[in-house]
Amino acid sequence: MKNNISLHTVAQISVFIVLSFSFYLLFAGHNNPGGGFIGALMAASAIVLLYVSFDLKTIKNVLPLYYPYFIATGLLIAMGTGVSSTLFGYPFLTQFFQYTTLPILGEVELTTALMFDLGVFIVVIGIALLIITTIAEDDE
Amino acid sequence: MSNFLTLPILLPMFIGTILIFFAKKHKLQRVIAGFSALSLLGVAIYLGYIVYTDPSQIITLEIGDWPAPFGIVLVADMFATMMVILSSIVGVVCLFFAFKTIHSDREKFYFYPFYFYLLTGVNGAFLTGDMFNLFVFFEVMLISSYVLIVHGGTGYQLRESFKYVVMNMVASAFFLVALAYLYATTGTLNMADLAERVQVLEQEGILNGIAILFLFVFGAKGALFPLYFWLPKSYYGPPAAISALFGGLLTKVGIYAIIRVFTLIFVHNTEFTHTIILILAGGTMFFGVLGAVSQFDFKRILSYHIISQVGYMVMGLGVYTPLALAGAIYYIAHHIIVKSALFLFAGATQKITGTTELKKMGGLLKTHPWLGWLFFISAMSLAGIPPLSGFFSKFALILAAVQKESYYIVVVALVVGILTLFSMMKIFMYAFWGEPKISQDKVNRKEMFALLRPIIPLVVLTICLGFFAEPIFQYSLGVSEQILDPANYVNAVLGK
Amino acid sequence: MEILIALLIGVLFSVSTYLILTKSLFRVVLGTVLMSHGAHLLILTMGGLGVGSAPLLGEGASSYTDPLPQALILTAIVISFGMTALLLVMTYRTYKVHQTDDLDKLRGRLDE
Repeated sequence: MKNNISLHTVAQISVFIVLSFSFYLLFAGHNNPGGGFIGALMAASAIVLLYVSFDLKTIKNVLPLYYPYFIATGLLIAMGTGVSSTLFGYPFLTQFFQYTTLPILGEVELTTALMFDLGVFIVVIGIALLIITTIAEDDE
Repeated sequence: MSNFLTLPILLPMFIGTILIFFAKKHKLQRVIAGFSALSLLGVAIYLGYIVYTDPSQIITLEIGDWPAPFGIVLVADMFATMMVILSSIVGVVCLFFAFKTIHSDREKFYFYPFYFYLLTGVNGAFLTGDMFNLFVFFEVMLISSYVLIVHGGTGYQLRESFKYVVMNMVASAFFLVALAYLYATTGTLNMADLAERVQVLEQEGILNGIAILFLFVFGAKGALFPLYFWLPKSYYGPPAAISALFGGLLTKVGIYAIIRVFTLIFVHNTEFTHTIILILAGGTMFFGVLGAVSQFDFKRILSYHIISQVGYMVMGLGVYTPLALAGAIYYIAHHIIVKSALFLFAGATQKITGTTELKKMGGLLKTHPWLGWLFFISAMSLAGIPPLSGFFSKFALILAAVQKESYYIVVVALVVGILTLFSMMKIFMYAFWGEPKISQDKVNRKEMFALLRPIIPLVVLTICLGFFAEPIFQYSLGVSEQILDPANYVNAVLGK
Repeated sequence: MEILIALLIGVLFSVSTYLILTKSLFRVVLGTVLMSHGAHLLILTMGGLGVGSAPLLGEGASSYTDPLPQALILTAIVISFGMTALLLVMTYRTYKVHQTDDLDKLRGRLDE
């Protein structure tokens, strides 16, 4: 393979920028534009950037991720969030929120919807990367 | 409010997700899947019991604690719980048949997770009380069905599933279009709220248009005339356990949606809409059975019969009297059970003879008498021979049509009944009578009983449905009276 | 504005109908994608366009944009994303197995 040193360097740096932006989108989701779905697509695009600039096998060695488990874990988190409200006698998927003051961040809004969004985030990362790697691996 | 209502939806979804983690261990998967399918059946029956003993016979749950017309509501009335019980029965039986017949390579490729997601979608579609949520559960069901129907990926499956998928995607797009029009016209998507608003809205023209659009959408998914062309070929491809599940359940979800929508919401102009439904029912019955008569393949005959029998159910809706709807509901119960059983018989004979072509079979009654006679009972039940379950439901339907003086549909239904009997006898004669044509038997006695064990409960159920016709018919009559009076539903949901 | 979007939806639906009726597998897939876009736009238009205000903020708000169609579209887009991905993979596999993307050649024979 050719020596794509500039591509590799840029990719290595920009992956972290894209990933951190994706987390920003995840946390902004509840009251501002953003959310689990779009954040996850952003995160998936960061990993796809790695796949494109290096190659599939190298990244698989560095990041040995098995995407179906992502989907299952995310679904379990999202479902668990929904079910947890039934334990307190509220209807399924009832959401709660509270304003608290955290040490560095100041006043933040903590919601159970964020947990649900986190589940969605993990599911969508899993699905997007599973689709892309499945199609990419099949090159005969 | 009862959170128990979410269990028939959440339990299969949870199990399906857990099974993803054990995808490569097929023994463990079988154990988990088997136990949880049985517990799903228990949950469904218990739900049916609490709905039946409830004073209003309808229980609701406002999801996320959002009040009724604004949030999503789950509604379990008698019709919905009956369908949930039936879907769980078929779910259990087909699963146990799949243990015996599905190749372990397929098992390892996420067969069971998608199986349970399919049940999630089906149960969700039955229990939801919101039009858009119905769309979402339809899609959950459909995307799992796409995976299951192409599962294994043989050339035939890929080719025919492509058509199935495209057909359903177009129908889904039109589902969205219909929802958009409905929302623009009425300003709500909650079924109970819609039921109220459609009656007071004096916009007959556009409401008729929306009603027909919904009929098109659900008709495409439920294989109504003239939109049934995708069904026979695509149901032929996958293994018998999947064909049985699809043949028993999937089209019935479309029919359930048609009955729900056209008894609850679009009853503003029954002269127009229900006459169209009746005409479509006639066409569906007749052309479906003609397809069955012309075929010489076990599974294809059964697939065409699904179409003709969907016609009977819709006929009950078209006639639109309590008796006719009770007949249709009875017929749905009978059909789901018998059709799944017959598809499983097709799978068992395929396992024995290695083919589904009738002309290559013969004499199975000599070598496998149990299989032959059990098949005979189910086939007679399907054709409507007394005292089996098919007879009583058809009798109620035809009686109701005579009372309503819709004689054309009576003639069609009777002719279709005879042709059904003819094509079932064709299977019996070619496959079970005559001299054995198969030189070596691929299935020994012990394996045979292992194959038959999941089917026997279904055959017993169809016999019971026939012999206990009186109480079951009373129950169906109760269901039909409940759905024919939308006020019950509206009051239960909107809490008036 | 509504009329313009309505025309756009009409164009999307007619183009997608044309594509679905062509013989190439891949064009059929594109047709279904465009059709779902048309349906999504229709939902948005049916909710009312061009009010220019925020979604419901409180009970006293004088004008607001209906947030429900947007929520519906978001759900529908996610669903069509999944469906399209599945259909694309299926198309690709069909093409690999049958070595053709011509639907005429994928008709199948009666004797199978």
